[in-house]
Amino acid sequence: MLQLERIKEGNKDILRLIGEVDASNSVLLDQSMQEILQQGATFLLIDGSQLGYISSAGLGVFMSYLDDFSEQGIGFAIFGLNEQVSEVFKILGLDRLIQIVPDKSTAITLGNEP
Amino acid sequence: MSHKLKLSCCTAALVELRSFLQLSLKAYGFSEVDRHQLILAVEEVCANLIIHSHACNPKELIYLEVKELKKKLTIEITDKGDAFNLLEYEVPDLKKVIEEKRKGGIGILLVKKIMDEIEFESKNGKNTCRLIKKFPSAFEP
Repeated sequence: MLQLERIKEGNKDILRLIGEVDASNSVLLDQSMQEILQQGATFLLIDGSQLGYISSAGLGVFMSYLDDFSEQGIGFAIFGLNEQVSEVFKILGLDRLIQIVPDKSTAITLGNEP
Repeated sequence: MSHKLKLSCCTAALVELRSFLQLSLKAYGFSEVDRHQLILAVEEVCANLIIHSHACNPKELIYLEVKELKKKLTIEITDKGDAFNLLEYEVPDLKKVIEEKRKGGIGILLVKKIMDEIEFESKNGKNTCRLIKKFPSAFEP
């Protein structure tokens, strides 16, 4: 089961993932990200604090946007991952390609430096 | 002792696979992080089979057995049909996957990083993939 919630805070769009992302529902994550970007998001944060599991299908969705993000200067970060999920990002070295921060309060200040 | 599961070839069955593994892996002394990764590795192999070898046909089945073999954890995944030999599968470069905006291809990379050994054999139309992991050092099978 995967539930997606969208929140806007200041200049940032937050997409909260609740539940588990696998090959049966990763397309929903893809659609949500696409929608948010089409609506002109400049900084997308993924709230992973209620994400219990993510397989390669979900990781692949994030990876497929990384080039676009850097070409279009769109900020992107993930926060709130639990230990198990966070380790999965590390296995592939995705923690070096995606900005992963511990919590929302850190994430919300990203890119705001003068 | 072994745990067995018959899995229907549809991606909706993956959640059932995870709860089966959650239970059957409990007995072996793995940490929560290790169990999570083992579940992920098995799911990646099964998702691959479901989508690529069985075209998500829910009438077709994959058979799983979790057991102890030669003092190691062995998860045996059996199916019939087109063989997918993950030992021969060339793992893609992460940078390339990103450049090509591919949404797949990294699952098998995860499996190879998580498992200690992978065996594959195909005989008389039956394919067997064995994912093997050493028990934690404190665990006595």
